[in-house]
Amino acid sequence: MDNVTAEQPAKNTSTLAARKEKICHEIADLSTLDKSLINLLQHGLPVCERPFEQIANELGSTEAAVIRHLNELKSSRVLSRFGPMFDAVYLGGAFTLAALAVPEEDFDKVTEQVNAFEQIAHNYRRTHRFNMWFVIATEEADEIERVINAIEEKTGLSVLNTPKLKEFYVGLYLPV
Amino acid sequence: MSDTSITQEKTSLTALERQYILLTQNGLPIIEKPYHHIAKQMQISVKEVLALTNSMLERGIIRRIAAVPNHYKLGYQYNGMTVWDIDDEQAEKFGDAVGRLPFVSHCYLRPRHLPQWNYNLFAMVHGKKPEEIAKYRGQIKELLKEVLVRRNHDSGQQSLTQSNDMLTSTAILKKTGLRLKR
Repeated sequence: MDNVTAEQPAKNTSTLAARKEKICHEIADLSTLDKSLINLLQHGLPVCERPFEQIANELGSTEAAVIRHLNELKSSRVLSRFGPMFDAVYLGGAFTLAALAVPEEDFDKVTEQVNAFEQIAHNYRRTHRFNMWFVIATEEADEIERVINAIEEKTGLSVLNTPKLKEFYVGLYLPV
Repeated sequence: MSDTSITQEKTSLTALERQYILLTQNGLPIIEKPYHHIAKQMQISVKEVLALTNSMLERGIIRRIAAVPNHYKLGYQYNGMTVWDIDDEQAEKFGDAVGRLPFVSHCYLRPRHLPQWNYNLFAMVHGKKPEEIAKYRGQIKELLKEVLVRRNHDSGQQSLTQSNDMLTSTAILKKTGLRLKR
């Protein structure tokens, strides 16, 4: 979760409607070429002047078809991102994963309080006594602690801070 | 509980690398010659852009140049954050082994916060059905069975008697991109 992929334009999702986005999206209808592209390009794009031509050759397709399908996959948001993924460390920020054990009756209120911090990048409801898990992303390392203190002050709850100590693997391959 | 916030070393970039990140962090243009497009904006040659790209890949500044699918749209509707209380002395070795499992997308060692939180290894799994992520959790458990910590059941901390758990997400409360700002 700490890998910064800049996967989509930053948008304000703290509005009432977006705040409760349930996890049920429509499953995309994909062609054979779409599926091959998704499978192949999760591993990586060759670094050369005409990478899509090379991909087309590998898949027995044409450069034009590859470009068209990829653009469609991106605009329909089947691909949330396409391009270089930078190590978060080089973006100059600091990150941590943190959690709160929120009483059920206060959940909406606390969601609003936590999401109001611009340093909260992701926030998920999860099945546990610690039922709210969020990534805090700041430009400077010492800002993490300030945000945690501010969240504790605002919510009256104690923040469970679990910064990564060691990373073993970051990457996701979802075959289709 | 906020005294362990990690301080990550701020790693320096050259002006060119910085410019490259700013130009591509929203994505690589999907056109015939994407690197020509970048070269033009950076006012350097395509050769230099390709060399810069390779160099940033080699040094890990760029993890990879790839497509990131929206897993929900591919039918991977279920994700589980599996958490494990494992022997600290074996944590690096076994964390590495868990990270290599094909269905694990992220794997980290994180600090325990006793008595509230006894888990030190986190591994994220994704699946198309609840049974699928339950099966993955079982496979991780099999791998870790010898290093799972058995804590005293009489401690009165019911949650600490468990050596592992899986937290599934039931709602996205917020999701924004992370990016270089200056």
